[in-house]
Amino acid sequence: MLWLAVLYLGSLAALFLTSLWTVDAFGGNIERVWNLDNYRDLLTLDVYRTITVRTLLTAAAVTVIDALLAFPIALYMAKVASPRMQRWLVIAVLTPLWASYLVKAYAWRGMFATGGPLDSVGASPGYGLAATVLTLAYLWLPYMILPMYAGLERLPNSLIEASADLGASTATTMRRVVFPVLLPAAVAGSIFTFSLTLGDYIAVKIVGGANQMLGNVVYDSFLTGNNLPFAAAVATIPVAVMLVYLTAVRRTGALDAL
Amino acid sequence: MSFSRTTRAVLVAFSALVLLFVYAPLALVVLNSFNTSRTFEWPPPGLTTQWWAATMDSSGARNAVVVSVEVALMATALALVLGTMAALALQRFRFFGRDTLSLLIVLPIALPGVVTGIALANAFLTMFGIQLGLFSLVVSHATFCMVTVFNNAIARLRRLGGNLEEASMDLGAGTFRTFWSVTLPMMRSALLAGALLSFALSFDEIIVTTFTAGSGVQTLPIWIYQNLFRPNQAPVVNVVAAALIVASVIPIWLSQKLAGTDESVAAAR
Repeated sequence: MLWLAVLYLGSLAALFLTSLWTVDAFGGNIERVWNLDNYRDLLTLDVYRTITVRTLLTAAAVTVIDALLAFPIALYMAKVASPRMQRWLVIAVLTPLWASYLVKAYAWRGMFATGGPLDSVGASPGYGLAATVLTLAYLWLPYMILPMYAGLERLPNSLIEASADLGASTATTMRRVVFPVLLPAAVAGSIFTFSLTLGDYIAVKIVGGANQMLGNVVYDSFLTGNNLPFAAAVATIPVAVMLVYLTAVRRTGALDAL
Repeated sequence: MSFSRTTRAVLVAFSALVLLFVYAPLALVVLNSFNTSRTFEWPPPGLTTQWWAATMDSSGARNAVVVSVEVALMATALALVLGTMAALALQRFRFFGRDTLSLLIVLPIALPGVVTGIALANAFLTMFGIQLGLFSLVVSHATFCMVTVFNNAIARLRRLGGNLEEASMDLGAGTFRTFWSVTLPMMRSALLAGALLSFALSFDEIIVTTFTAGSGVQTLPIWIYQNLFRPNQAPVVNVVAAALIVASVIPIWLSQKLAGTDESVAAAR
């Protein structure tokens, strides 16, 4: 029990403290001098602002794409498919979760490759930001389908039937009956799609061409640049974003649906 | 139900498309592992099993598999013990800060992996002065594996309630005896499901691993990642990827055997 409290929270706290230190420009050693230089660089240098905005937009795009893709299949699984079909679909949706993340990103590298299957029909966007968004949306799709499916399953069929009996069109039923149930589920799913995208740097490297995300900056500053304090400062951005996001969605009751 | 035929048809068609989107890339990797072209020409000019044979001989890939299995086993064992204890503590006892603590346990999966990775690496390097290596890697993996064990264990404990344990105690069994002969057997399938998921998570993990493994330890994902951009290794990397895709059927099959579909849904979340 203490494990998490000490190791994980302690690490996060230490990470924040480290972000207030600097690296000696000559020796590359960490100097334990308190200052806000790293944060000043983050805020004032254009390149980091661009990367932060790009990362946030990517996360938002991935979340929206996943929500749009997940809704029909979740609805079909929960409300239309026969019980037998439903079982198979749950397995079909779950299976890719067990396949390696790296392998799935790698698979899309093959799809987008010049001369690959998508390119041969002229539909490949090539390695770049579009490919990254699509790959990330692919990777996190099950995290959106599952909460939506669980939410819709709890919605009694009688409600949908009652709505139709009372003369509502399919569109109205969707909007007035299905959507309110769906929203908390979608928010719960979005916590995963959003958070996972914010921290990703592997998929970007594999299909993103020269594009960088916050994760790349953290990784490169840490390993290649040997600048742990700056990496730590960059890493506080996704933490701050997630904390704001979690507090904001707490009101929707989505956290209970996790 | 009350959806019109058109709505149903649209839903079926769309679901089929999503499933195609999900499986087409995976199928491509498997197909390409038999592609005679080194550069994965599309459509494949011919099929061969020579890359599979070449991969069997690749010592780098073989060693990496062994390291990954070792790390995953150790991390899972550690996560099982810690996750079960945490679940028991949170479910059976009321204490100050209990609600905060249950939120805290989910943090390692709610925060991006890159944050967990650098936070742990920083802690090992600057706080404890431990060099990155097998030890730091296993501890890091155990930290997020613990979450899955905990989730499974606490879900089971909530469903069980405490009556049987109270009965056991009333009949004179001590705390340990009750745990061993009453609680543990009832939790077994939940713990197995959690352990299975932990193992799979640890085996596949790359983000936290790149931060906490140091340079000496090469797990399978690290090996794949390092060889991914080398054109002459491409066919071998592709075979390893294909093998991993095929192998992911094993945990699915196991988890289906372990419990009904609903349980594996819960396990995967």
